Amino acid sequence: MDLTLSEEQRLLRESADRFVSETYTADHRRQIANDPLGFSADIWKQFADLGWLALPIAEAHGGLGGGAVEVGILMEAFGRGLVSEPYLSTVVIGASLISECGTDAQKRALLPDIADGSLYLAFAHSERQARFDLSKVATSAKRTPDGWRLDGQKTAVLDGNSASQIIVSARVDDGSGKPDKLCLFLMPKGTRGLALRDFPRLGGGRACNLELSGVQLPADALLGDGRDALPVIEAVIDRAMAALGAEAVGIMQTLLDQTLEYTKIRKQFGRPLSANQVIRHRLADMAMQCDEARSMALRAALMADAEPIARSRAASGAKAKIGKCARFVAEQAVQLHGAMGVTEELDIGSYFKRLLAFDTLFGGSAHHYRRHAALGGRAVQA
Amino acid sequence: MDLAFNAEERAFEKEVREFIAANLTPEMKRATALTPSVFSDPDIGMAWQRALHRKGWGAPGWPVEHGGPDWTPAQRWIFETECARAGAPNVNVMGVKMVGPVIIGFGSPEQKNFYLPRILSGEDYWCQGYSEPGSGSDLSSLKTRAVRDGDDYIINGTKIWTTHAHHANRMFALVRTNETERQQDGISFILIDMKSPGITTRPILTIGGDHEVNQVFFDDVRVPVANRVGEEGKGWTYGKYLLEFERGSGIASAKLRDALKTVSSLAASDLTGRAIDDPDIAMRMSEIEVDIDTLEMTELRVLSALQTGQNPGAVSSLLKLRVSEIRQAVTRLGVDVIGNDGLYVEPVRPLYRLNEAPGIPEEMLPVVPEYLNGRAYTIFGGSSEIQRDIVAKMVLGL
Repeated sequence: MDLTLSEEQRLLRESADRFVSETYTADHRRQIANDPLGFSADIWKQFADLGWLALPIAEAHGGLGGGAVEVGILMEAFGRGLVSEPYLSTVVIGASLISECGTDAQKRALLPDIADGSLYLAFAHSERQARFDLSKVATSAKRTPDGWRLDGQKTAVLDGNSASQIIVSARVDDGSGKPDKLCLFLMPKGTRGLALRDFPRLGGGRACNLELSGVQLPADALLGDGRDALPVIEAVIDRAMAALGAEAVGIMQTLLDQTLEYTKIRKQFGRPLSANQVIRHRLADMAMQCDEARSMALRAALMADAEPIARSRAASGAKAKIGKCARFVAEQAVQLHGAMGVTEELDIGSYFKRLLAFDTLFGGSAHHYRRHAALGGRAVQA
Repeated sequence: MDLAFNAEERAFEKEVREFIAANLTPEMKRATALTPSVFSDPDIGMAWQRALHRKGWGAPGWPVEHGGPDWTPAQRWIFETECARAGAPNVNVMGVKMVGPVIIGFGSPEQKNFYLPRILSGEDYWCQGYSEPGSGSDLSSLKTRAVRDGDDYIINGTKIWTTHAHHANRMFALVRTNETERQQDGISFILIDMKSPGITTRPILTIGGDHEVNQVFFDDVRVPVANRVGEEGKGWTYGKYLLEFERGSGIASAKLRDALKTVSSLAASDLTGRAIDDPDIAMRMSEIEVDIDTLEMTELRVLSALQTGQNPGAVSSLLKLRVSEIRQAVTRLGVDVIGNDGLYVEPVRPLYRLNEAPGIPEEMLPVVPEYLNGRAYTIFGGSSEIQRDIVAKMVLGL
């Protein structure tokens, strides 16, 4: 049992903190907000040079073999700067799906390109009717003489517009009479039959909705050997939630720091806001919830490779708890900044919106408390 | 980073489990489960203390020269966790975890030689004389006076909320030895023999129906000056040192998990019409379980810092806040789980010595009293409001 950072982890944290604080200034964020890409390709290249894109990829495929804890260290720093580069989509989710599901040939072809920064990925899984149930997919994939034909709709595809390949989940009827299994397909950008509606994403970056009408893909577009991909999707999204939890901790800590500073400077009735007990107690609650979020993000990361039920309960527990804490800290940060907190003139609103997006992504607190209960064998409302 | 314990620690865990299996009797377990107050009755708690002492485990946090087992923080964690899991009684916290560390830290050699072995063996049973009717959260305003008369102090005044004063043969108390400008400066830390002439004890019943706390009156009580710990006027410093121990000895998640397990098995039982099938109950149970996971992780972070010699700092206030709130959430859920059976009142104490079969299943008896008595968790040892003041000051630098 040791929860202290190793020397390597400490150095990673230092370099990430330094890079983010030097690069992600308020000016930079404003500039990026108006960029059609939603992030900076130059910075992505620097991520590659720093080894961050290779971090969780296996050494056999040109990676550094890091784990969820190392990813969490990076993500927390990204949260502090509201980094909008598609790290989650390409590295945390994309590279993991390929590593856990892909054939050897696919891993050899794709993983080194992720590590060197030349391949951007997105994951198109969520559908409107599914809400947050990962098993509910209506998009279908049918065999054709040349490969596959995909039809369906996907929502909230993070970083889809910038991705050179989109990993799409679809139901495959293999003619066995058993329920259709879930498979993953690699769909290059610009494929015929794919309509992509790109939009700026709440809290920074971009996302899109997809309409697939008779999308034709070659036979080798299937990721892996055609086995049901749901267990891999569950594992990878659990890992993504742990990573997002760490990012949320960075965001929350920044909001707490800024709010603390502000309440010391802002004077009303002849004294600083922070002289009032009601304000002090609110700040104490914010600090407590930041600390609780930190514990849960770390716990989810440390359990990312545990057996599936323990892993998923840790991930859902973390997502639910951090989501609840995040909403509290974000709302109180705005509240304690008074009217200024509701304007675009301060950074507070940007951090607030990113936390709101965090709470929504992959399901909010209520969804994950239910998943946690169901995985623990307890009854839950359908 | 690694959540798992190493081979040595696992071996120790096995040793603790074997010790518990051999020494924790069914009577002790049953009595503990049926104790709805904060502390176990002395006949139960001290029987366990004696068993621990025989093994050399009587005072887990003490240094080895005073009879401590010289455990690492991880070993303490394992020990506390296994005891909670097994449903072991609370030992005399006021002795082992409160006054013991103060005597070790600030007492004279004579005091150490006399008192510490008697705490370890269970020969002495301690109570804590801190709060007064006029001094609750504002503890340093306390008025019980100790006036020097030759080699004695003469003590007059009253202490209140004194847990187990009716069982204790000794009290450690904060008393005013001087009127000073800063009220903290006139306080001394003193050890009192409860059999001294002039001491009377009045029971106070709590809303759960338990006699756990008392008011203690001092009427010209003579206490030798040799019973003062450390310097005159420094009692506040020693008292605060002790409160750190009282607030966050750092390992509460295992106890909370055990309490939730009790509620959870009631909820899954036909006795409650399977309350667990109510999605609201199932959901709240998950919320509490996640809160306990969170607390456990924070405790492990503190433990890990201690293992590497770092100071975890003011985190004891954060822990105290969460522990007390989660405990109350567990007891609240318990009341909701047992439904109509919560209306049954059993006035006889202790619950584990009822002469007749109660009107509801035995395991439900402590549920409502635990909830009612448990309102005190966010009040004693510095109320939640005081803890938030401390967090604001110590953690946030306000």
